[in-house]
Amino acid sequence: MGAQKKGGGGARVSEDAEEQSRQRLQAILLADSFATKFRPVTLERPKVLLPIVNVPMIDYTLAWLEYAGIEEVFVFCCAHSTQIIEYLEKSEWYSHPNLVVRTIESHKSISAGDALRYMYEQQTETSQIQGDFVLVSGDTVSNMPLADLIQEHRDRKKKDEKAIMTMVIKQSKSSSLTHQSRLGTDQLFIAVDPLTKQLLHYEEDKIDHPSGSVCLDKSLLESNPSVLVCNDMQDCYIDICSPEVLSLFEDNFDYQHLRRHFVKGVLVDDIMGYKIFTHEIHSSYAARIDNFRSYDTVSKDIIQRWTYPYVPDINFSGNRPLRLGRQGIYRACDAVLSRSADVGASSVIGYGTKIGDGDKILNSVIGNGCCIGSNVVIEGSYIWNNVTIEDGCEIRNAIVCDGVKIRAGAVLQPGVVLSFNVVVGRDFVVPAYSKVSLLQQPTTEDSDDELEYADSSSATADQLSGLNLQMESKASELGPDGAGYIWEVCEGAHDEEWKHSVAPIPEDKLAEITQAIDDDDTDDESVVPTSGELKSDADSINTDMNDPNDDYDYFEKEVEGTVLRAVEENIKVDLVTLEINGLRLSYNMESADCAGATFYSMMKLAVDTPHNSASELYKNAASIITKWKELLGFYVKKIDEQIEVIMKFEEMCQESPKELGPLFTQILHLLYDKDVLQEDAILRWAEEKAGADEADKVYLKQCDTFIQWLKEASEEEDEDDEDEEEDD
Amino acid sequence: MDFQVVILAGGFSSNLVPLVSKEVPKALLPVANRPVLSYVLDLLESNNLKDLIVVVEGEDAALKVGGWISSACVDRLHVEVAAVAENIGTAGALRAIAHHLTAKDILIVSGDIVSDIPPGAVAATHRRHDAVVTVMLCAQPVSGPSESGGSSGKDKTKKPACEDIVGLDSWKQFLLYIAKGTEIKKDTRVNKSILCAAGKMELRSDLMDSHIYAFKRSVLQEVLDQKPAFRSLKQDVLPYLVRTQLRSDVSSDQNNVEENGNGKDNMQNNEVVLSQILSNASLPSFHQVYESGLDSRKTHKCCVYIADESKIFVRLNSIQAFMDVNRDVIGDANHLSGYSFSAHHNIVHPSAELGSKTTVGPHCMLGEGSQVGDKCSVKRSVIGRHCRIGSNVKIVNSVVMDHATIGDGCSIQGSVICSNAQLQERATLRDCQVEAGYIVCAGGEHKGETFARR
Repeated sequence: MGAQKKGGGGARVSEDAEEQSRQRLQAILLADSFATKFRPVTLERPKVLLPIVNVPMIDYTLAWLEYAGIEEVFVFCCAHSTQIIEYLEKSEWYSHPNLVVRTIESHKSISAGDALRYMYEQQTETSQIQGDFVLVSGDTVSNMPLADLIQEHRDRKKKDEKAIMTMVIKQSKSSSLTHQSRLGTDQLFIAVDPLTKQLLHYEEDKIDHPSGSVCLDKSLLESNPSVLVCNDMQDCYIDICSPEVLSLFEDNFDYQHLRRHFVKGVLVDDIMGYKIFTHEIHSSYAARIDNFRSYDTVSKDIIQRWTYPYVPDINFSGNRPLRLGRQGIYRACDAVLSRSADVGASSVIGYGTKIGDGDKILNSVIGNGCCIGSNVVIEGSYIWNNVTIEDGCEIRNAIVCDGVKIRAGAVLQPGVVLSFNVVVGRDFVVPAYSKVSLLQQPTTEDSDDELEYADSSSATADQLSGLNLQMESKASELGPDGAGYIWEVCEGAHDEEWKHSVAPIPEDKLAEITQAIDDDDTDDESVVPTSGELKSDADSINTDMNDPNDDYDYFEKEVEGTVLRAVEENIKVDLVTLEINGLRLSYNMESADCAGATFYSMMKLAVDTPHNSASELYKNAASIITKWKELLGFYVKKIDEQIEVIMKFEEMCQESPKELGPLFTQILHLLYDKDVLQEDAILRWAEEKAGADEADKVYLKQCDTFIQWLKEASEEEDEDDEDEEEDD
Repeated sequence: MDFQVVILAGGFSSNLVPLVSKEVPKALLPVANRPVLSYVLDLLESNNLKDLIVVVEGEDAALKVGGWISSACVDRLHVEVAAVAENIGTAGALRAIAHHLTAKDILIVSGDIVSDIPPGAVAATHRRHDAVVTVMLCAQPVSGPSESGGSSGKDKTKKPACEDIVGLDSWKQFLLYIAKGTEIKKDTRVNKSILCAAGKMELRSDLMDSHIYAFKRSVLQEVLDQKPAFRSLKQDVLPYLVRTQLRSDVSSDQNNVEENGNGKDNMQNNEVVLSQILSNASLPSFHQVYESGLDSRKTHKCCVYIADESKIFVRLNSIQAFMDVNRDVIGDANHLSGYSFSAHHNIVHPSAELGSKTTVGPHCMLGEGSQVGDKCSVKRSVIGRHCRIGSNVKIVNSVVMDHATIGDGCSIQGSVICSNAQLQERATLRDCQVEAGYIVCAGGEHKGETFARR
């Protein structure tokens, strides 16, 4: 199926090369992050509508796409889709002259993979996506030009039709301490071919201790003389994709995450041979708001105008521009500031907001229609719209959503997130990193953290109205006159909380990590053997690869079990043969191995059967061999296999010289008598053994007379033959 | 320059049998009729490195090498010859001669290289970065230096097996990772902490370690003392230093406090500034960034010097390499040989006698006092001194060492005839090696054989 599609796509590329150049530029915008990082805020409002510096995120993305020359955007809505569609209808995007915005709604999709599969299904009916498209999520803030990049992608595709995707990366050195970027994402290791920029390896690492290592396949280095391994790159999650990407998602129904599954899948799969390329941007800005930390970082970048022209003093999406003053202070013209208020650098104050006497505001964003009392301290915080803050509050490094009321004297410690309409009681101190919502924390956490908002928007509304009533009766967790639940941090994530928070990384954490690194290093040292990586590599490979000996041991055990069961339950020889053949295939064994293993299990059975003397043991063995000789006979048709049996027997005798040892000749003779072994096999074994060490020859000597007898017998036979011939 | 040079000249290397023998240790194998060691000595001398220690494995070999050195260059260079036990590895050899080492930095050169890469540049790089170790890397030859020619038919990929895998920082100044390609079975594992500190690492499989190293003496000796299990510089010491460069155990600074005074912070800062100016780096190196981030730790630097691609570098470490070196030195790389070539691109010593209708082609060399009979043909071959070659002899792509005797009608292709060996009439050799003093019987046809007394 995949091959057909590929063939079709390839043909079309070559035929319609001209058509491609005048294709409309299209983009798919995923208006859902399929993650839970912004909970509890996203329970009530979709992430793309959350304001960043007083403008919803999706506006930044759409404005950028429009500016970059995209003509048609498919906005894929999933959670809270009605809210997004409503918003887009109200905004001017639907009537934009240069950009056609279409919405696609799907409630079943729980991942980016599902979304693209849904697009693909739609595609077969409507064929909306005509060629290469830009895949972004609705939380991207960027000002990079796309036209050249798309052209580059198309040119490359024309030359090499396996080049199906170009992803945008940007340098952002991660801290060597915390191993996370300034956007709060995990460490990213990518390997790129320095000349072609082809992506060769992609690895995201959650583990924050540095002792690990990046594993690159050896073939990678053999086929590329030079490989650039980067740790200082940030994945912008802006991809230029060819239509094959959609069909790849369709073919691989287990692809969920764009990077973890899709990119890795493409890199690992060498059957299709698809390639992903990277494009590094240097001067323009691109970042994705993935968590609260990147919310903080990107907000600051916007205020400091890295994202120009998407800055608060420019109307780029129907937003009301603010006036830019000295020191990067943006102020709405109708904001009311008390004379004694001290508004520090890099702050934004929205429309209709009142700032009281003696307030101190620094590095913060305050939305529209807020009312802030006197002597309030706001530092490094994000106050959204219509928030009321009473006198004497202290707010540091917090996010405060719409409609929140903070009563007099309350304190928000760093990292706090207050969701919509929460009320913080008088003089209440909200502990650091707590997340507060009017909604109760879902008790059954989704095991798969890919899943977003389990409950639909309508249900949330119901819950909300019910909650308000409840709230009155129940004592609030935010003081007697407050309203809201403090969400518990789920197990394990507690240590991580500071990483993704808006608050800067606290000093003690830094110290802790430093300590941890030291510990790791000493551990590392003891693990690494003197000869360095080489040895440890070899070790790990041994464990990876199945040792053939191990395999044989398992096989032998399995055969033993089968034979034992057969004897106990008296199963027919045919069936046992069938079963052993099955084992043989699954362990990839030779017929000789089967012979050895079967014989081994038979003799083991004889030894394990209770016996008092050697003669009894012989009797046991004789009876078993007599009874099951057919089974053995099935595998010892060739001389080699028979020799294998003798060798195995010898080996067993060596292992238990007291029990089986003395019986070697007798049992060998028995096997000969029962036609399990032919004389040729025995004689050849004797020949082979003749050159062995003395220690190995014990059993050969033991059966010397038997072999002599066999030799004579065969000579006689020959003579007989000759005689017979003569007779003829 | 306060650099001491250690030349690891080896002994009777087993993979060069039968070319080496009791009389001819590896270091004295002739390359265009000069011992291979002389190329190294010339190279060092031209870089004004004159304080040399030649380390030879085995007393006998040391005597031979010492004898040659004293006759050849005692007047020009200050050379000491030290004998060490056999099979103790390169690290072991350095341990054994540790008491000879006094200079601040040690340049270690393998005695079997034929090259025009300036070792002085390695030393300069080493000093400029104040590195603990500086490794010279050079481009991997297109045809592998070892027996890759024979096995290439079997390889599907047709690519030379990567000899070494090295990781460099983005300015190609520092060595972040080194591994021997042939020993990596499946994955290349790159330590994340180094990667994080450096940001970028370029993994190259087209460069190889050229066995020219500059070490800080104090560090080298400390590592050798602390890790008695280390046998090889390349496989043990170097990877160890590279691996631990961000969490240095070697107390290089403390040992050198008196010498260069970089133990104290203010002094160190001065030196940082100085080294930045010297290396033209606008940014401090990641080592310094890393160090300043965590005041408790120390780092050391492992640097690289990457030789220009046009430079020639060959190691004489296999019979194939021996053939290649001889061919190159009288052929493409003839500036290395130090001889002046005739208009026919060959060297025929004035005292050599040529019979009638005998031709000596280009890229050939005929040593002093050799006699060649009538109707012979010599192509792309080196013939030593005082050889006696009969009539109707063909010698192609071969090396004939001194005092060899070759009977009439012999045909020699791609072979090595060691000194004093004798080929009787009409012997035909193809890709063979004949041990010194061996007598090959008349009329035999041989292909790919090794003639040696057991």
